[in-house]
Amino acid sequence: MLTLTDLTKTYRSGDKALAEVSLTVPKGQVVGLIGPSGAGKSTLIRCINRLVEPTSGKIILSGTELSGLGTRALRRERRRIGMIFQEYALVERLTVMENVLSGRLGYVSFWQSFTRRFPPADIERAYRLLDRVGLMEHADKRADALSGGQRQRVGIARALSQEPELLLVDEPTASLDPKTSRQIMRLLIEICDERGLPAIVNIHDVPLAQQFMQRIIGLRAGRVVFDGTPEQLTESVLTTIYGAEDWTAMRKDGEADRVAEAEAVARLAMISA
Amino acid sequence: MTDFPQTWAFRSPRARLALWFGWLCLVALFVYCWQVMTANTIWAFIWDAPRQAADIGGRMMPPRLSYLPELLVPLWDTLNMATLGTLLGVILAVPVAFLAARNTSPSLLILRPIALFIIVASRSINSLIWALLLVAILGPGLLAGIIAIGLRSIGFIGKLLYEAIEETDIRQIEAVTATGASPAQVLNYGIVPQIMPAFWGITVFRWDINIRESAILGLVGAGGLGLKLQASLNTLAWPQVTLILLLILLTVVVSEWVSARVRGAII
Repeated sequence: MLTLTDLTKTYRSGDKALAEVSLTVPKGQVVGLIGPSGAGKSTLIRCINRLVEPTSGKIILSGTELSGLGTRALRRERRRIGMIFQEYALVERLTVMENVLSGRLGYVSFWQSFTRRFPPADIERAYRLLDRVGLMEHADKRADALSGGQRQRVGIARALSQEPELLLVDEPTASLDPKTSRQIMRLLIEICDERGLPAIVNIHDVPLAQQFMQRIIGLRAGRVVFDGTPEQLTESVLTTIYGAEDWTAMRKDGEADRVAEAEAVARLAMISA
Repeated sequence: MTDFPQTWAFRSPRARLALWFGWLCLVALFVYCWQVMTANTIWAFIWDAPRQAADIGGRMMPPRLSYLPELLVPLWDTLNMATLGTLLGVILAVPVAFLAARNTSPSLLILRPIALFIIVASRSINSLIWALLLVAILGPGLLAGIIAIGLRSIGFIGKLLYEAIEETDIRQIEAVTATGASPAQVLNYGIVPQIMPAFWGITVFRWDINIRESAILGLVGAGGLGLKLQASLNTLAWPQVTLILLLILLTVVVSEWVSARVRGAII
């Protein structure tokens, strides 16, 4: 369980990226974080594992307060938090296997990681995860040889190899096409279900968030302006989050995407039949 | 409807004036330099130059091939001097580069300026000068040449490498940090893979340059082909000089080919 209390981040330029954000994510819940660009979604996620240092407030992950930890203790706690990035953030010149095993860096000595001699249990787990995300035969390819969807699967496997208690997911589908986006979201949701893993997912695509998330939090100018179920996300709520816009048109777009996807699947099925 | 102007100037009048003034200064400098140059030139020698060149050229031909066996050991010395010097340069330059790069330097206020100073100092002194100093300190021989090459290489490798480190993709490093990796592991998994192509490219390129430089270091007593070149020049043995120059050319062509292949293979 993750609890944020009055989390605030003010950048040195004086910009207030987050203002007294308080929320609780119980075990197994997948939360979608929506809001316009610059609303503080990325900052919020990065404050939780302190890639960005929060200015004030508390972050408590299953009983441990992360906000006051020293560097060594922080590293130990980061192992419990898996992170999945926009544009994958794989180490492009390392192999898929090295990328997945890099999720274990917090658990092995420098020498073990330097010589790439990871414990057998880690290697077995890495292969199991690659099999789970459907990339078994790509294990020894370099990460930059894979397609966008495949790279994001490696990103997921890397985060899971940490055996995390919480997943932070930053715009996982920002650079993927609509169909691959849905596949990646589905995979993420399935995996969270299998493991009872809570997750916070930054997502700018509202229809996608409504389709996949159990709970949605709307952020505007660093403040939580909505916290509820996807069904409660009405047009007037969207206007509070994003400002005035023709939301029915946007939903129709989403509908068109879905129809196109269904058609593509049907056509593929015909071709392969 | 509003009327829009039909003229648009790329530069403001001020900028145009400054540009013209700049060109004027350049021309004036050229005229002045030309005057200085001609004042100290003995023109009789210049008119004579083609004949002199033809004369020396005639005496240089044909190269004395029988001198080749005597050159093989100095050639081997030259190659060793370049290779060991590059190795020394790399060993010293890598830590300096990590200290100098803004994103990896442990202290921006103290260590970074020191590292930058080392780089500048090494770059500003030609390896021939390094060799001259070292021959005076260590006495003539290969060791002085190796150290001279190494010291000169620190600046070159250090500068290019620290620029490569600063250009690494922050997101890949962030992703490794987020797993709970220690700083040494972040270096090993996040930064090193990203700079590997640059590192090998720079090293091989510098080795290639060092072969050329080590061939002449013998002129100041640091051993290798240069020593033979100096001896031949002193005794006016022009056919030997030709052979040495051809040998240097051949070596450089081969090293160029090797470095192109290596760079092609790693990128």
